[in-house]
Amino acid sequence: MNDNSTTRQKVEAGLPRRRRKEFAFKTLGMLATAVGILFLGVFFASLVADGWSAFKQTYLQLDIELSEDVIAPGGELDLAYADFDGLVRSALRKELPDASGRRDRRELYRIVSVGAGYQVRDLLVANPELLGTTQTLWVPASSNIDMLIKGNIDADLEEALRPVSDKQVAWVESLREAGRLKTRFNTALFTNGDSREPELAGIKGAVMGSLYMLLVTMMLSFPIGVAAAIYLEEFAPRNRWSDLIEVNINNLAAVPSIVFGLLGLAVFINWAALPRSAPLVGGLVLTLLTLPVIIIASRAAIKSVPPSIREAALGLGASQTQVVFHHVMPLAMPGMLTGAIIGMSRALGESAPLLMIGMIAFIVDVPGSLTDPATALPVQIFLWADSPERAFAERTSAAIIVLLGFLLVMNLTAVILRKRLERKW
Amino acid sequence: MVISTGMNAVNDDIVDINTPQAVPLANLPKRQTELTGNTVGNTHSDNPFMVAEDVNVYYGDNHAIQHVSLEIGKKEVIALIGPSGCGKSTFLRCLNRMNDTIETARVTGNITLDGKDIYRKEQDPVALRARVGMVFQKPNPFPKSIYDNVAYGPRIHGLAADRAELDNIVHSSLERAGLINEVKDRLDEPGTSLSGGQQQRLCIARTIAVNPEVILMDEPCSALDPIATARIEDLMDELCEDYAIVIVTHSMQQAARVSKRVAYFHLGLLVEVDETDRIFTNPQHKLTEDYITGRIG
Repeated sequence: MNDNSTTRQKVEAGLPRRRRKEFAFKTLGMLATAVGILFLGVFFASLVADGWSAFKQTYLQLDIELSEDVIAPGGELDLAYADFDGLVRSALRKELPDASGRRDRRELYRIVSVGAGYQVRDLLVANPELLGTTQTLWVPASSNIDMLIKGNIDADLEEALRPVSDKQVAWVESLREAGRLKTRFNTALFTNGDSREPELAGIKGAVMGSLYMLLVTMMLSFPIGVAAAIYLEEFAPRNRWSDLIEVNINNLAAVPSIVFGLLGLAVFINWAALPRSAPLVGGLVLTLLTLPVIIIASRAAIKSVPPSIREAALGLGASQTQVVFHHVMPLAMPGMLTGAIIGMSRALGESAPLLMIGMIAFIVDVPGSLTDPATALPVQIFLWADSPERAFAERTSAAIIVLLGFLLVMNLTAVILRKRLERKW
Repeated sequence: MVISTGMNAVNDDIVDINTPQAVPLANLPKRQTELTGNTVGNTHSDNPFMVAEDVNVYYGDNHAIQHVSLEIGKKEVIALIGPSGCGKSTFLRCLNRMNDTIETARVTGNITLDGKDIYRKEQDPVALRARVGMVFQKPNPFPKSIYDNVAYGPRIHGLAADRAELDNIVHSSLERAGLINEVKDRLDEPGTSLSGGQQQRLCIARTIAVNPEVILMDEPCSALDPIATARIEDLMDELCEDYAIVIVTHSMQQAARVSKRVAYFHLGLLVEVDETDRIFTNPQHKLTEDYITGRIG
């Protein structure tokens, strides 16, 4: 009895110290989590604050006279040589007649995007009967005017310090008072390829390039990765060779991605003579990049299948292949899919290897096949971030938001797939 | 290994309290002299079906089973008993070549099934395991429906020509495993939804659905409660009318209840084999006696 009470006393004497330690550790953990969440919150907040304005664009309303004398002097519309810009410019002069002299006019013309001329051309191509009439059109303002309207360029600054002149500010103001200026949803951001003019630049080319690449990567890396994992886990003899392979696969997963780009450049482009800048080559390089990730995840998934299930099947006389396909694969599939999607989202966010194989080229056209020149979303973000125009800054953030959206969707898919396919036993 | 002099020296009084009939250590047989590798009793069966001759199993450098010879009769229940790590499960797994799946395991010696060597080159282990079924220690139903669990074996071996025949096999197997009344209305439910004892009977049904000739049972009741255990034991009584059953068990009572013959393993050696009655009433070997009276284990 005496012994018991001294033991209890000792235990109780130690309790406060234990509780203090526990409290300190809990607090530390909470602090660490809070810091992480804080950083993430700041990151998202700044991204959205910078990027949301890119989803809107300023448009000007102009009465454009589709004069036959200017664009179809011989009665025939010549798309290659017709001066559609001239139509836009004369409409501008009519709208704001106080611009006189060459310098003024040049400044005046700069408030509207060069895309306005293309818009007029496209309208006439679609509706030739409009020739000779006057049409009221909403055309995109130039990026500097767009920035001015969105407040990204401060009109109160000294004239020399901003890319918009006092006169341009006055014209824009008068247009706004006349109700001929508005901002609306920036569809060009989603329907256009890249452009030197920020107001015409869109991410469609990059998104399509990324999708084509992911298609190639998925078609190759998932079957190859799963097959390799199954062979290594279920069939390969354990010896020095399989150890060597295992070590190498683990090392490959840690190889800097630009090295894979160099490999792709040397093997796929220089040796196999595949086209450069093509999503096909990008997809092949990203396959190399994601394979180790998928193999490691799939092997872990296969390992987690309880041995009792294998034994049960073997004991009934199932062959090794039957055990794998009837029992191991279905049970390991959620893990394998999760690994594949995580590998895919890593591939989607990768830019370094793509630089090496020419996917950093300035490409205006939206790719239509696996061998068309293309860029990818992360590379597009890099290109825009590198551009001097003020308006590309917000578009960079907008493209990042779109990329993160894709990643979020992919990771959600992984979670949902895992939940759906998971079987309990 | 099993008998530790140090422990006994320290806990002398405790040993005396718990086992008043304890023999002083000096009187215990010395392993070096007693464990010669010769099996006492009678390893022969009247009607041998599976015959093991001079079987050795090595796990890497570890000589897990040494020179074991044993005959298993047709439609007979033979129990393998012995302390943990004595090699009884290893020997059991030799009989349907489950040791093939362990890479470091190496088996020498001769094991014949109905006169034919099961380790010969032409023997496909898949075909062998269809003839020598196995029930494991932990119930391990597939994460599929009850029906699919039982139907799996017949399906992979192509035993049923059509769905009706398969239905028939599933029903009769469940019936023979004594499970049909409990599951006949819920064959589509997952096998894992059953209780532990039901799961083990499902595993037995799954095994007999392939219609094997020998059933190996590796401590089939160690994860079950006494009621479920009693049901499985009753089941074994019925099954031995058609199959030879080799059961590994840690329960002396179970061995006494279900088996016709008993084999006692010790440290990888087969020490004694005999009729169950003789083993439990008049063991020939000191180690066997010590084990069944609870002095080692």
